[in-house]
Amino acid sequence: MPFSLKIEKRLEYSRRAAFLVPIISIVLALLFGVLLLLLVGANPWQTYRAMLEGAFGTPAQWQQGRYFNLIETLVKATPLMLTGLSVAVAFRMRFWNIGAEGQLVMGGVAAAAIALWLPVFFPFLPESRWLYLPLIIIGSMIAGAIWALIPAFLKAYLKVDEIITTLMFNYIAILFYQYLFNIAWKDPAGFGFPGTAMIPEFTWLPRFTGRLHWGIIIAIVAAILVWIILDRTRWGYEIRLIGESQTAGKYAGISLAGSILLVMFISGGLAGLAGMSEVTGISYRLQRGLAVGSGFTGIIVAWLARLNPWGVLLVAFLLAALFVGGEQIQMTMGLPASVAPVLQGAILLFVLGGNLFVKYRLRLVRHAPQAAPDEESSVVEG
Amino acid sequence: MDVMVSILTIAIVAGTSLVFATIGEIFAERSGILNLGVEGMMIVGAVTGFAAAYHSDNAWVGVVVALMAGGAMALIHAFLTISLRADQVVSGLALTMFGTGLSSFLGQRLGTGGTPLVGLIGPRFRPVAIPVLSDIPIVGSMLFNQDLLVYLMYLLVPLSWYFLYKTRPGLHLRAVGESPQTADALGVNVFKLRYFYTTLGGMLAGLGGAHLSLAYTPGWTEHLTGGRGWIAIALVIFATWDPLRAVVGALLFGGVNAIQFRLQATGTTIPASLLNMLPYILTVVVLVAITWFESFRKRVGPPAALGLPYLREERS
Repeated sequence: MPFSLKIEKRLEYSRRAAFLVPIISIVLALLFGVLLLLLVGANPWQTYRAMLEGAFGTPAQWQQGRYFNLIETLVKATPLMLTGLSVAVAFRMRFWNIGAEGQLVMGGVAAAAIALWLPVFFPFLPESRWLYLPLIIIGSMIAGAIWALIPAFLKAYLKVDEIITTLMFNYIAILFYQYLFNIAWKDPAGFGFPGTAMIPEFTWLPRFTGRLHWGIIIAIVAAILVWIILDRTRWGYEIRLIGESQTAGKYAGISLAGSILLVMFISGGLAGLAGMSEVTGISYRLQRGLAVGSGFTGIIVAWLARLNPWGVLLVAFLLAALFVGGEQIQMTMGLPASVAPVLQGAILLFVLGGNLFVKYRLRLVRHAPQAAPDEESSVVEG
Repeated sequence: MDVMVSILTIAIVAGTSLVFATIGEIFAERSGILNLGVEGMMIVGAVTGFAAAYHSDNAWVGVVVALMAGGAMALIHAFLTISLRADQVVSGLALTMFGTGLSSFLGQRLGTGGTPLVGLIGPRFRPVAIPVLSDIPIVGSMLFNQDLLVYLMYLLVPLSWYFLYKTRPGLHLRAVGESPQTADALGVNVFKLRYFYTTLGGMLAGLGGAHLSLAYTPGWTEHLTGGRGWIAIALVIFATWDPLRAVVGALLFGGVNAIQFRLQATGTTIPASLLNMLPYILTVVVLVAITWFESFRKRVGPPAALGLPYLREERS
C-alpha cells in the first residue's frame, strides 16, 4: 500500500476544529438516528420534526402566546443543569463522581423530610416561605454533600476507587428513597398510592408560569457561582492542576485530600439542589420519578460542555429538548421514548470519537521508497 | 441443611452472569483497557439474546447473538479508546448509557411485528442433571443440577486462569497491560491484542446478559441487569484481576441474592428495598477492605498501563 493514514498532533490549537468537531459529531449521531428510525420503519424526517416541535413548539403556537413545549423543556433542563454543574466540578479535578444520581435523591429526601416533619415537630415556627425555603435549600445541599463525602473520604484517606463507590451509593440511595415513600413515610391517607403526603404550600418553590419554577433561577445562580469558583479563584486553578497531574499539585503544596473533600462537598451539594428543586418545585411530595437518571445525564452534560459552567446550561437545555421531543414522539407517533437516550448516547460516543480531531489531525502519508516524509511534513506545518 | 443447599444452588445460578462479565472485564483490563460499559454490553446482550432465542425458538441462537452483540458494543469502545484515543472512563460510561437506552428501545420493538418483548415467554435453559455427579450427596445437586450455561462457566474459569498464567498468549496479554512499550519492542502487536481482548470482554459480558434473560430470570424486562455490570467491575478489583478469585466474589454476591429470596419467602419484616441494598453495601465494604489490604501488600495491584492510551509515535 503506497499510502497510509497517520495521526499527528496539531502544532497549534485549532479554534475551527474545536468548533466544527462537536457539530459534525452531532450531525453524524443524528444520521445514526436516521438509520435506527428507518430500521424500525419510522419516517426519520417526520420524527425529527415532531421532536423539534415537541421540544420548542411551533411558530403558530408562539404567535398565540403559547409556549407550553418550551416551558416544559426548561422544566426538564433544570435538574440537568444542576447535575451537570455537579459533575463538572468533580471532573475538573478528574474525580470521577458517577454518584450525582444518588446525591440528587438524598437532596430530594432531605427536602421532603424538612418540608414534611419540621412543621410537625416545631409547630411554633412561622409557616413562611422565607423561613422554610432557605432551610430546605441548605438542608438538601448538606444531604447531597454528605452522600458525596463518604466516597470522597474513602478516596482521600484510603485511596478507594471512587467510580465504584459513588456508583454503589446511587443504588443505596435510590433503594432508601423507595423504602421511604413506599413504607416508612407513606401517606396513610393516600389510598394505598405509594408516596408521602403532600408537602405544605409554604415549602413550595414559587412558579413563574405553568410548571416553570424558581429552580431554574437557582440553577443559573449556581452556574455563576461555579464559574467564579472554578475560573476566577486560585483554588479553582489548583483543582484543575491536581486534575492534570497529582504530582504537580503535590509539588505546588496543595492538599490533595482537602481538595477532594471540598470538591465533593460542592459537587454533592449541587446534585442535592437538583433533587430539592424536583420535590419542592414539581412533585410536592416524595414519590416515584425522582431517580430518573438526571445524575447520569449530568455526566453527558458536563462532558459535552467541556466542563464549562456556561456550556453546562446550554447543553442541559439541548438535551432536555431531546427528552421532551422524545416524549412527544411517543405520544404523537407511537415510537418508544427511549429514542432520546439512544440518541444522547450516540451523540456522546460520536463527540468522544471526534475529540481526537481537535488535538490531532489525520494525514495521508505516502510511503516513498527512500525519503522519510515525516520530517518534511513537520517543517511544512511549522 | 436443605436451606443451605438451596441457598448455594441459587447462589451459583445467580452468580453465573457475574462470573462471565467479570472474567470478560478481567481480559479487557489485563490488556490495559478499562471498559466501564459492562452494564451496557450485558443489557444489550440480554435483550438481543432473548429476542433471537424467541424468534428462532432456540436458546443457543440467543447465546450466539448475545455474544456478537456484546462484542459489537465492545468494538465501539475499542475503536474510540484505542484508535481514537478517547478517555476510557467517559467512553465506557457513554457505552453504558447508549446500551441501556438501546436495550429499552429494542425491547419495545423486537417482538413479532415490532411489538414489545416484555412479558413474552421464550425458550430457556433449564437445569440438566449430570448423571452420576449429581447423585453425590449435598454437593451433587448443588453443582451438577444446573443449566448448561452454568456448566460452560465451570469450564471457562479454569481455562481462562490457565490461559492467563500458563500460556504464551496469556503472557503477551499481561505484558501489554503492564508495559505496552516493552511488549511492542518484543514484537507483540499492542493495538491488535487490545482490540481482541476488549472485544472478547464484551462478548463475555453479552453472554452474562444472555444468562439472565435465557436462564436466570428468564425473559425480558427493562433494566433487567439491575446494575450487575457495575458489580462485575467492582468484582474485577475484588478478584485482583484473577479469574479464580472472581468466582469467589461472584458466588458471594449470588449468595446475597439467594438469601434475599429466602428471607422474603419466609415473610420477614425487613423491607425488600433494604435487603436489596446488601449487595451494593457489600461491594463498597469489600472494595474498602481490598484497598486497605493492598496498601500493605502492593503485590496484586491493577495492570500498570490500565486506562492509558498507547501512543506508539510518542514513545519515550
